[in-house]
Amino acid sequence: MNGAQDLGGQHGMGPVAPEKDEPYFHAEWEKRALGLTLSCGAFGAWTIDESRHARESLPPATYLSASYYEIWIRGLETLLKRHGFVSAAELAAGQMLDNGREPKRILTADMVPGVLAKGGPCDRPAPDQPLFAAGDPVRTKNFNPETHTRLPRYARAKKGFIEAVQGSFVFPDDNAHGKGENPQWVYTVVFDGEEIWGEGADPTLTVSIDAWESYLERV
Amino acid sequence: MTSHSDDGDHHDHDHHDNHFSAVQARVKALETVLTQKGLIDPAAIDVIVDTYETKIGPRNGARVVAKAWSEPDFADWLRSDATAAIASLGYTGRQGEHMRAVFNTPETHNLVVCTLCSCYPWSVLGLPPVWYKAPPYRSRAVIDPRGVLDEFGVTLPDTKKIRVWDSTAELRYIVIPERPFGTESLDQQALADLVTRDSMIGTGLAKSVGEAR
Repeated sequence: MNGAQDLGGQHGMGPVAPEKDEPYFHAEWEKRALGLTLSCGAFGAWTIDESRHARESLPPATYLSASYYEIWIRGLETLLKRHGFVSAAELAAGQMLDNGREPKRILTADMVPGVLAKGGPCDRPAPDQPLFAAGDPVRTKNFNPETHTRLPRYARAKKGFIEAVQGSFVFPDDNAHGKGENPQWVYTVVFDGEEIWGEGADPTLTVSIDAWESYLERV
Repeated sequence: MTSHSDDGDHHDHDHHDNHFSAVQARVKALETVLTQKGLIDPAAIDVIVDTYETKIGPRNGARVVAKAWSEPDFADWLRSDATAAIASLGYTGRQGEHMRAVFNTPETHNLVVCTLCSCYPWSVLGLPPVWYKAPPYRSRAVIDPRGVLDEFGVTLPDTKKIRVWDSTAELRYIVIPERPFGTESLDQQALADLVTRDSMIGTGLAKSVGEAR
C-alpha cells in the first residue's frame, strides 16, 4: 500500500539526530510494548507480514508522529481485535470483559529462550526454477496495490540488474492477507542512483532492494 | 484511555508529557487485559527484555567482524553463507534467520536501511536504535546517503562509491567495516573493541587504535 510507511526518498522529515550512548529503551512502557508484541506474536494467529500491514495501515498522521514502539502497540491492538482475542470495549475499559478466543500457544517465561533462538525462518521451497540469474537486466513492475507489498514506490518501473539469487521465500503480498505463503524466488536487484532519482542524483550511489520474482520483468 | 483527538499533538513539546503518559496508559491497559485473560505471562516479557538488554547486542556483531578481519577463511564463509558462519559463533534466531554480510572496501562503502519498516539484524546488533526506525533516516538514506553520513560525522571521499541496501525482504544485513590501519598486532578481542554498532550499519567507520584508547 502507498502508506506513510513507504518513506524512501521523501523530503522534509528532518535531521536523523542520532543519540549518543542511546539506551535500548527510553521508558518502561517500551519494554512492555516489545514483550507484548513478541508474546502475542507467539499465539500463532497472524504472520509477520500481517503485523507489518497492520502497522502501515495506521493513519499517516499517526504513523509519522508516533514512536516505533507506539506503532507496534497500535498495530498489536488491531491484530488482537481482528482475531478475536480482545475487544475494543476491553481496551477502552482497561480490563477483561469476555473470555474471547483461545490461542494455539501462550508464551511462558521458560519458553522464551528457545523461541527467540529459533526465530521464524521464512525460506520455503519454490515450485519452479528461478526465472532470472545474476547479471540479468530487469525492470521492476509498476503497480499500486492498496494491499501489502514490499516493493517501495521509489523502486517501481525502474531498470536495474540482478546481483544475486537469494533463495525462495514466503511471498508477503499474499501472506499478509491470509492468501497463503506462495513462495517465490527473491533477488537482490541493483539500481543506479540516477535511474531512481534522475537529475542531480549522487553519481556514486547505487541502491539495492530484495525483490520477489513477481515484482520483476525482463528487459 | 486516550481520545484520538490528541494523536497529532506530540511534536508540540508542551503536550509531550501528556502524550507520553497516554501511550503509557494504553500499554498498561493492554497488558492488564491480556494478563487477566491469561493470554500472556508477564514474566515472559521480563525474560524477553532481559535478553535484549543484556545478552543480544552489537558486541555479537563486533566479534563477527573481528573474526572476519583476522581469519580469511571465516571472511570467505561470511561471503558465501553468512547465516551459517555467524551461527558458528552462537548468534542465531529472531531477525537473524537469513543473514548476509557485506564488506566495505577502499572503493565502496555499504549502508543498510529499511525504508518500509524497521528490519534490522537483531541476532548480531540487538534492538535497533530509535533513529534507525524513524522517518528521517528511512526517507533519506536511499536518496542522500552522504548527507546522512555527515550527520554521523562521517565524510567519505567524493570518488568513493556508496551502496545502499534497502532491507525489503527477510534478508538481514551486517556491514563488515574496513579494518583500521595499524591493527596488525591486535588480537580478536582488541579488534572487536574497535567495531561500533554504527560501523556495522554503515553509518560509522571502525574506530582507529587511538580512538579506542
